Amino acid sequence: MEILIALSIGLIFACGIYLVLRPRSFSVVLGLTLLAYGVNLLIFLGGGIDRVVPPLSLPGATGLADPLPQALVLTAIVIGFGMTAYLVALALRTLGETGSDRVDGAGVDGAGLEADGSEDDRADSGPDGEAPR
Amino acid sequence: MWSQVAPQSLCAGRGSISGLFIWTAGPIIPSWDRSCSFRAMVVMNQLLLVALLILPFAALPLVAAAAAQSRRMGGFSTGAVMLAGLVLLGLLAPAVFGGETIIVSTSWLPDWGLNLALRLDGLALLFVLLIYGIGALIVLYAYYYMPDYDGLGRFYLILLAFAGGMLGVVMAENVLLMLLFWEITSLTSFLLIAYKYKDKEARIAARMALAVTGGGGLALLAGLLLLGHIAGSFELSVILASGPLIRSHALYPVMLVLVLVGAFTKSAQFPFHFWLPNAMAAPTPVSAYLHSATMVKAGVFLLARFYPALAGTDLWFLLVTTTGAITFVFGAYVALLKHDFKGLLAFSTISHLGLITMLFGLGTELSPIAAVFHIINHAVFKASLFMAAGIIDHECGTRDMRRINGMWKYMPITATLGILASGAMAGVPFLNGFLSKEMFFAETVAHPALSGTWAFLLPGVATIGGILSAAYSARFVHDVFFNGDPIDLPRTPHEPVRWMRLPIEILVAIVIAVGLLPQLVVAPLLHVASEAVLMHSLPPFKLAIWHGINLPLVMSLVALGGGLVWYWRREKLFTLHDRYSIGMSSPVAFERAYAALSWGACRIMAAIDRESVRQYVGLFLMFVLAAGLWAWMGVEGAMLAGPLAPTPVDAVGWVAFLVLLTGLMGATLLHRKRLVAVIFLSVVGLVVSLVFIRFAAPDLALTQLSVELATILLFLLALRFLPQDARRETSADVRWRDALLAGVAGLGVALLAFAMLTRPFETISGFHIAQAKPGGGGTNVVNVTLVDFRGFDTLGEIAVLALAALGMQALLEGLRLTPMVGNARTRADRYPIMLEMMMRPLLPLALAVAVYIFLRGHNMPGGGFIAGLIAAMALLLQYLAAGIDYATARIRADMVRVLGAGLLIATATGLASWLFGYPFLTSAFTYVYPPVIDKFELASAMLFDLGIFLVVVATIVVALSELGMLSRREKPADPAGLKG
Repeated sequence: MEILIALSIGLIFACGIYLVLRPRSFSVVLGLTLLAYGVNLLIFLGGGIDRVVPPLSLPGATGLADPLPQALVLTAIVIGFGMTAYLVALALRTLGETGSDRVDGAGVDGAGLEADGSEDDRADSGPDGEAPR
Repeated sequence: MWSQVAPQSLCAGRGSISGLFIWTAGPIIPSWDRSCSFRAMVVMNQLLLVALLILPFAALPLVAAAAAQSRRMGGFSTGAVMLAGLVLLGLLAPAVFGGETIIVSTSWLPDWGLNLALRLDGLALLFVLLIYGIGALIVLYAYYYMPDYDGLGRFYLILLAFAGGMLGVVMAENVLLMLLFWEITSLTSFLLIAYKYKDKEARIAARMALAVTGGGGLALLAGLLLLGHIAGSFELSVILASGPLIRSHALYPVMLVLVLVGAFTKSAQFPFHFWLPNAMAAPTPVSAYLHSATMVKAGVFLLARFYPALAGTDLWFLLVTTTGAITFVFGAYVALLKHDFKGLLAFSTISHLGLITMLFGLGTELSPIAAVFHIINHAVFKASLFMAAGIIDHECGTRDMRRINGMWKYMPITATLGILASGAMAGVPFLNGFLSKEMFFAETVAHPALSGTWAFLLPGVATIGGILSAAYSARFVHDVFFNGDPIDLPRTPHEPVRWMRLPIEILVAIVIAVGLLPQLVVAPLLHVASEAVLMHSLPPFKLAIWHGINLPLVMSLVALGGGLVWYWRREKLFTLHDRYSIGMSSPVAFERAYAALSWGACRIMAAIDRESVRQYVGLFLMFVLAAGLWAWMGVEGAMLAGPLAPTPVDAVGWVAFLVLLTGLMGATLLHRKRLVAVIFLSVVGLVVSLVFIRFAAPDLALTQLSVELATILLFLLALRFLPQDARRETSADVRWRDALLAGVAGLGVALLAFAMLTRPFETISGFHIAQAKPGGGGTNVVNVTLVDFRGFDTLGEIAVLALAALGMQALLEGLRLTPMVGNARTRADRYPIMLEMMMRPLLPLALAVAVYIFLRGHNMPGGGFIAGLIAAMALLLQYLAAGIDYATARIRADMVRVLGAGLLIATATGLASWLFGYPFLTSAFTYVYPPVIDKFELASAMLFDLGIFLVVVATIVVALSELGMLSRREKPADPAGLKG
């Protein structure tokens, strides 16, 4: 069982990372969702897999599952949703602003840097007494 | 904490410091009996000392408010601050003149050796006098000099902050504190020089000054740290008393060079001089203040301050004298060549600073005294000269001496004042500059270190410098005030208003008074300041105009006469200079170096930053992998499998694994078919929920299922706008590379998980389980942990959630997107009638379930998070079934307000426990026995849970309804072509 679980978590991570490395925003969001699953499982199962009674401290209950990782993961799941929602909004806003859903900058290969340089030049060569800003 | 290191008995008769007395103003009674009045006076002096430094900083808001009222109010308030400073100093002066060193100290960062320690001795007194005194004159002058449209608020504020920085430098007892104020002067002088920030010239000048003096500040920091290390303390009293120890230390040369670099950059010594002439781009009041009495004097102040600790070695003599001599002659030579009279004054300042530096370097008995004397004299005549120059500039509209001539006719009073001050600058008898310059000549002659033909070197250099000084002074006087008529001036100059000239009149009066009656006017001040520099009683000396006919007098006469000749033959000099001067000036060299550096930085950035998020992620992953591998290798005999025996896999496990595999493969391989990928993703989420159930986490399973639903809805809503056409964009190589990276990372995580699962561990949750019922009042340990044991965490987490929702709302506000063809149906489509009809009765039912889950949460699986998710789903189903118009019309509550209310309730619950004297978020519970239900528990944690509930509902509804809203303000599809 341990091997199977470890393998599953590893697979979730591998798929998540592969998707995060894709160039389009939607795949990245998918990948991050997968990574969130993987992390939550890892933390949760860190509490051990040998105790199988839900952590309700009822009279006479023994072998309760570790409640602490559960409490941590519970909020993590909800915050994970918050993060996903924010990322989706960010992706849509980027789409609206740039017309593209690619995650990399438009000017790969230093096009953006040249633009910076020219701006600096303009500031330095502005007519005397005229503030560039 | 307050202590005083008191009377150092620097009376002229005694040969050494009588000792340091520590006197504590606390309950400890000093062993020697002092009268109460003495004690009160000491405390009084200490308070005055603190006030003396705090004054300009404390006055900043006051001045800001006054300057906002009117220009006049701003001027008056700033002037009042300067005058108040002088009054405070006047109250302290008797003690200092009586030989006391007033010290106040309280510890600030004792681990770093940084104490808030101030001192006022003779040297500090002199500088405080210059800072406040000349500062007051500058405030008055600037009021008339600066154009009327300038409200002056910004000017006075920066000026005051600068003055405060200077005061801190001269009054610091702790050298690290001194450095702190040193940096304040660098920054505020940057702002002052860049005051006319719309001029490109001013910006470049300010940048240059900051680069040079800021860089020097770094060197000084290193030097002072070394100094403190050598002396064993950062307190000036200790450092100054351990001169022999410091000078014999192995690190002395390194430390000395670093400290000197700090001093030389600030005092514009060659080769760091070039920032000063450029700084003339500042308004003239700034130049008059910074380049006479304050900023540039900070460097020579440093030489004076550390004189007892650092001076007296061959290295000191060599470095300081040589630098000073070069700067003295070089500055004087260049000054004559300047056609801009402010440029002439700037180089003259450099030259005079060189003279002072050279005096400190000589190290003869009287040379430091002469240096201090020249600091005073130069501050006075140079401030008046800058102000006079400002008036002429103001009246003529130009600073070119080839056009400004004959001002004597237009403004005789200003001209008289200017001529007198220039005379002092040249070293004409009966003016203050003559006295200190003659002392300088005398000391070069008296220096014993060089003999033979070399004996002529120092006096020779001094005479040459003197000749050049007289020459540029002659040029300033002759060109500006005489030499025919002005050429092509933009306006006709005339005398300025009375009050603008007043500061110059005061200063020139001092020039003459000191020149005529030195022993009466300046000797006490010079005496007390020099004693503080030397730390022992002074050798006998007398300030007098006439010492008889001796070598220094001859040198003075040669300098004056030679200077006139040199000026008379200047045309020849200009030609020669033009022919042989090197093509490139220092500022240009600096600018080129600056440009080269920024070019280099851009290249490095271009090499690193490909604007590719993916590349960053990839590099980050590789780094994490390398770090993990390194950690793994670092452990001796680390076994992968732990000691726990493996548990067998059941059939359900296999099935779940296969389903998970299908989901993962589907989502990953088909990620470009986005709708399909979302469905596969939900399969993965489902398996995760099953895992939660299998390993006894019902709360998690419930949460995961609800979140899963919300996530799928989120994706579906977003997909309406995301380009459907997702062609394959990466090459096979890139994909394999990514797959390899992902595979290795996944393997690493799998191994980590395996190693973790096969090892036993000691859980810390025993406490939580044991205390859930008696301490938290609930049996559901997970929920009790969330709302009680770790309630503060949860408060932070719902705050994050609220922020995400708000951020999302802000991102989507006003966003108009075009729906993508293919996945966009027209809004004319009807909502399925059956669904619509079914959802309406379902809403109250679902909400009832949510309430139930919420109420039982403390004891059974459930609680605020899960109930919130269920309620949010119930609300969202209404949007889904009947459309956004229908739902928004009926769900009236402003969800952002609900969000706020939730956070408020949660926080208030936490704060309420303070009312009962318990720590934040302490919970309380009791049992009530209402009819029907019989026994019911009321816990304050439940109120907290209500806050959680509200935040979760609002977050999810805001997130999804904002996305839904996008469809109400779509841009029509552009038939010509869509961006893919």
